[in-house]
Amino acid sequence: MVIKVKNKGDLSYADITPKGLYMGRRNFLLGALGTYGAVAAWKRLPSWLAGPATGSVPRPLGNLVKSPFSATEKATPKEDVETYNNFYEFGTDKGDPSRNAKNFVTSPWTVSVEGEVAKPRKFSMDEILRLAPLEERIYRHRCVETWSIVVPWIGYSLNNIINLVEPTPKAKYVAFESYYEPKQMPLAGGGGIQFPYLEGLRLDEAMNPLALLSVGMYGETLPNQDGAPVRIVIPWKYGFKSAKSLVKIRFVKSQPPTTWNMYAGGSEYGFYANVNPNVDHPRWSQAREHRLGSGLFARPIPTLMFNGYGDQVASMYGGMDLRKNF
Amino acid sequence: MQKILSSTWAKGVLFCVCLVPIGLLVWRVIQNDLTANPSQFLEHRTGDWTLRFVVITLSITPLRKILRLPQLIRFRRMLGLFAFFYGCMHFTCWIWFDKFFNWPDMWADVHKRPYITIGFTGFVLMLPLAITSTAGWIRRLGGKRWQTLHRAIYITGIAGIIHYYWLVKSDVRKPVEYGVVVAILLAWRLGSWIVARRKQVAGATARRPEPTTAESA
Repeated sequence: MVIKVKNKGDLSYADITPKGLYMGRRNFLLGALGTYGAVAAWKRLPSWLAGPATGSVPRPLGNLVKSPFSATEKATPKEDVETYNNFYEFGTDKGDPSRNAKNFVTSPWTVSVEGEVAKPRKFSMDEILRLAPLEERIYRHRCVETWSIVVPWIGYSLNNIINLVEPTPKAKYVAFESYYEPKQMPLAGGGGIQFPYLEGLRLDEAMNPLALLSVGMYGETLPNQDGAPVRIVIPWKYGFKSAKSLVKIRFVKSQPPTTWNMYAGGSEYGFYANVNPNVDHPRWSQAREHRLGSGLFARPIPTLMFNGYGDQVASMYGGMDLRKNF
Repeated sequence: MQKILSSTWAKGVLFCVCLVPIGLLVWRVIQNDLTANPSQFLEHRTGDWTLRFVVITLSITPLRKILRLPQLIRFRRMLGLFAFFYGCMHFTCWIWFDKFFNWPDMWADVHKRPYITIGFTGFVLMLPLAITSTAGWIRRLGGKRWQTLHRAIYITGIAGIIHYYWLVKSDVRKPVEYGVVVAILLAWRLGSWIVARRKQVAGATARRPEPTTAESA
């Protein structure tokens, strides 16, 4: 009798991978590859359809005066300041504005200065660029979202333009309005805030020499995503106070409505919005900040009262409860 | 499809696929390609993937019933563990790159900031599920009790959505999208539970003899 002892290593026909299954794997891999390709193409589709950028681009600005107000910190790498933006008119992701503002046309441009002033008038960009000597001011800029940058802005004190139009005694506040045109800013709808973007300052705040009317940064005119062609920069307040792409400056009697203050019934973002490490945002702490450009392993740094500009601005808030007027 | 799902290499392939997101992140760390705000970038990406894996895990049961693919259950544990893995990465990013091991600050955040409290709760709830994910623990707890415990993933899903919703400034579109998906997945369970219960009740009354006739007889 022959007893066939099966070698343990032998494979029987049952062990052979069925052809269908083998092909199945091939199809699966092809499918995965196809899906990957489709997703990648879908993501690039908008930029393919958009074609080359047609918007305004920065140009160099010369003859800059160094400002005594400049901070001594090293400026944040320009690339970070140009690619990490809050400009909800061009999308809410930090990378959106630099991608979506490429076609933003900012020329010709006029800024209307009006309201409680003796000499209301419209300024063209050429006039604004020549209104006062352009200074380079290196300012700390602290976002309400706990990140910060150091930017070499170009511009001059906002009070230069204010003095030209001569506010009347009735003028107590200044309201700022940013440009809004859905055709140029088709993504604005999803941001959850209202447009046009509105900001405001008390008149004495606007007159403070630190309040800057900015037309450029890093030696050039402003890139679109950073608020071209003209914006304000209020370095002792959270970044959202520094309204971008201004079209209107209006002098008014009472505190004007502002975009972020109107959000959530004013419970989250105050009108004053002075940088204050002791008053938390209702949902997060403001005690520390991440300085952009310092790398992944950098320790967050302590946030300073008035963003370190207390010497120049604290006196404007004497006797005010900064917890209530946050 | 069924053969692919029940083949031995399917799990291996899925395992590798689940590692792709973290692989890409590690690659970007090496390339120093993490946007201007690297800590926030890593936090958001790992958070996104945690939520995605929770959603994928929650979709296994509805999918295997709707598509009649019972084999899908083989992958649920691995997907759930990957949700936990990405949750750990997310938590680590917060501890390390955001808070830089500032324990008093973190502890204050956990009970002062509702969005952190709820995110932390969702994460902590995954811990017992990860521990009891082995066959040994299923045996020890008994299937019924094990299943009840693992329903905690529903709370993790809801907590994750609220965590995201409370975190964003004003653009709530993404958390709402995730919320709708989780709501559908949980509603499907509620629906099938109601249907099953009705059938059970109907079956019970059908089997039971009419009480009056029984008495009169």
